[in-house]
Amino acid sequence: MTTVALPPVSIRDLTVAYERKPVLHGVNLTLPEGRLIGVIGPNGAGKSTMLKAALGLIPAVSGEVQVYGQPYRKVRREVGYVPQRSSVDWDFPTDALDVVLMGRYGHLGLFRRPGSRDRELALHALSQVGMADYAHRQISQLSGGQQQRVFLARALAQDARVYFMDEPFAGVDAATERAIITLLNELKARGKTVVVVHHDLQTVREYFDWLVLLNMRVLSAGPTERVFTAENLSKTYGGRLGTLSFLADAPGPIAPAPASAATPAAASAVPRAGVAGGVGGD
Amino acid sequence: MDLSWLSLADANTRWVMTGSVLLGVAAGVLGAFALLRRRSLMGDTLAHAALPGIAIAFLVTGSKSIGPMLIGAAVAGVLGTLTLSMITRYSKIKEDTAMAIVLTVYFGVGIMLLNIIQRMPGGNQSGLDKFLFGQAASLVGSDVQVMVVIAAILCLTVLLLFKEFKLLAFDQGFGSMLGVPVGWLDHLLNLMIVLAIVIGLESVGVVLMAAMLITPAISARYWTDRLSAMVLLSGLFGALSGVLGTLASQLGPRMPTGPLIVLAATGLFLVSLLLAPRRGLLSRLVRFATTRRRLIRERTLRAIYELAEEAGEASAAFTSAELERRRGIPVRVAEPALAALRREERVEGGPGGWRLTVGGLREGHRLVREERLFEVFLMHEAELGGHMVDRDGRGPVFPPDMVAELEVLLRLHELEPRLQPGTSLEGGL
Repeated sequence: MTTVALPPVSIRDLTVAYERKPVLHGVNLTLPEGRLIGVIGPNGAGKSTMLKAALGLIPAVSGEVQVYGQPYRKVRREVGYVPQRSSVDWDFPTDALDVVLMGRYGHLGLFRRPGSRDRELALHALSQVGMADYAHRQISQLSGGQQQRVFLARALAQDARVYFMDEPFAGVDAATERAIITLLNELKARGKTVVVVHHDLQTVREYFDWLVLLNMRVLSAGPTERVFTAENLSKTYGGRLGTLSFLADAPGPIAPAPASAATPAAASAVPRAGVAGGVGGD
Repeated sequence: MDLSWLSLADANTRWVMTGSVLLGVAAGVLGAFALLRRRSLMGDTLAHAALPGIAIAFLVTGSKSIGPMLIGAAVAGVLGTLTLSMITRYSKIKEDTAMAIVLTVYFGVGIMLLNIIQRMPGGNQSGLDKFLFGQAASLVGSDVQVMVVIAAILCLTVLLLFKEFKLLAFDQGFGSMLGVPVGWLDHLLNLMIVLAIVIGLESVGVVLMAAMLITPAISARYWTDRLSAMVLLSGLFGALSGVLGTLASQLGPRMPTGPLIVLAATGLFLVSLLLAPRRGLLSRLVRFATTRRRLIRERTLRAIYELAEEAGEASAAFTSAELERRRGIPVRVAEPALAALRREERVEGGPGGWRLTVGGLREGHRLVREERLFEVFLMHEAELGGHMVDRDGRGPVFPPDMVAELEVLLRLHELEPRLQPGTSLEGGL
């Protein structure tokens, strides 16, 4: 039992099904504070689903999600969210600043309009993502990367402690990708916890210091150097992983780890992520 | 011609006018949100779904008074939205199909009930068929008073919940994670659309009501990129359609007000489609022509520069036929461009041969250099780190540190423009 503060996110026995087909099966996960956490897994592994179910955006069959020890519904302001860019219609009649202001709505409550302080915060968020000059640009006239930055700024305007980001690097240009990762590291440096759904294995080791390997269930979770191994990846991706060449320069154990490799983390102060019990390997 | 009606002295005309304006405002304001939520056909579905409600209200109360009819329409509309969400939630049927099902089934039941009523003793005097296509002339003061109250409630609700509705329309998922009750707002918006339909039932009727929800909103979208302005404009266009339609219906006896209101809205849409700044067809046509002219002008100037570069002589002259043969610019395209370039003093000469001026050499050098930098960039995109270039209207913009790299590459490929702007136009190189 650790004596550190309550974990930013803890998920217990989360199961989500579309129709009758389970997409997530008995996910148990406790995420540590102040880390940049990557959620990795093949297409259809349920990465986005896990994020959305944790935020109550899609109904779960079972399970419980707590943020700092409380049900998410009670501590919404602690959580910031960046949905997939493709989830909205960018031809909507509004400008970048207005979208970022939406990040303040959670602090406003019904009926109240955003005030000058909210506008200040929103402008500050825009400048943090290098978009201050685009505040009054109609959103359909932004490039894909710029739209993604606007979404990021909106999450910053939420002024949260935990951030959930759904594929923030998907389809953005190299400059935006660098700007985003710099920003995520700044958030981490300020003690925020950032959970990122990601699918580019090449950049995993560089970007994240903590990983969740997911394929319908949690296959492994923990510090990157311990989790990002050839064995874990082939467990997660099955035979679908063509080459593991990017693991070649790995400082950590590349050789197949012993089956019990998941246990030594007990020594660490980080609350350990449990792999769902009862779900056998296939 | 009797124009006395223009003064609206006649009480009946006044009620019709007021009713049409209220209908236009309410449908316009709510239609804007329906449109942005891609729920345009929702209005059509709910309007048709109202018909059985009207018929049942008559069967139950036996009265033709407006109150029960409107309540019946509202209840049927709400049941329609519920049926719709039940179908989409509990079956694999997609929303568009579900709307078609609700529309046809409810409307079919409504028509059947109307037939039954008409066969009943005294039924054919019920005048219920006016709800099909509307009959604005039958509006009376008490109807309009009810409409005023409903329209005021609708507009006030939109005003109070503006940011919530905006969030619902733009990013429902984000709103939901913030704790905004998007589910309830969704139902509320549907209910409000039903109420707006109820306002329009008597004057426009269930069949054409959808036009009042869709047309002013789509017109408004053409004129603005701000939601608040769009909602206001949409209400305004709706009101204006009401006024124009009512006035037009006074021009002759037995002119149907409802269809004329819809036609007026369509007219406003056509004007918007053609004339709106930025989004309108005319403005897009002008923009397209301007861009095309600029590109042809630059291409022509570059062609003369490059031909002169090949000749090794900045002052070499070329005919438009040579431009066509050696650079593939058709004569009929190049000639207007050359005439424009001469007016700008970029080239001089005439049909016998065109040559660069000092200014033309300077600009030609710049254009050719830009084009070749881009060419080298494309050749070496991968090595340069795969930077995406942010093309902001006027061609590629490279970050300054990359320009230095590109210039080195330009020299390596021997692609530097050879005619320097300072070159004497007399002697050549």
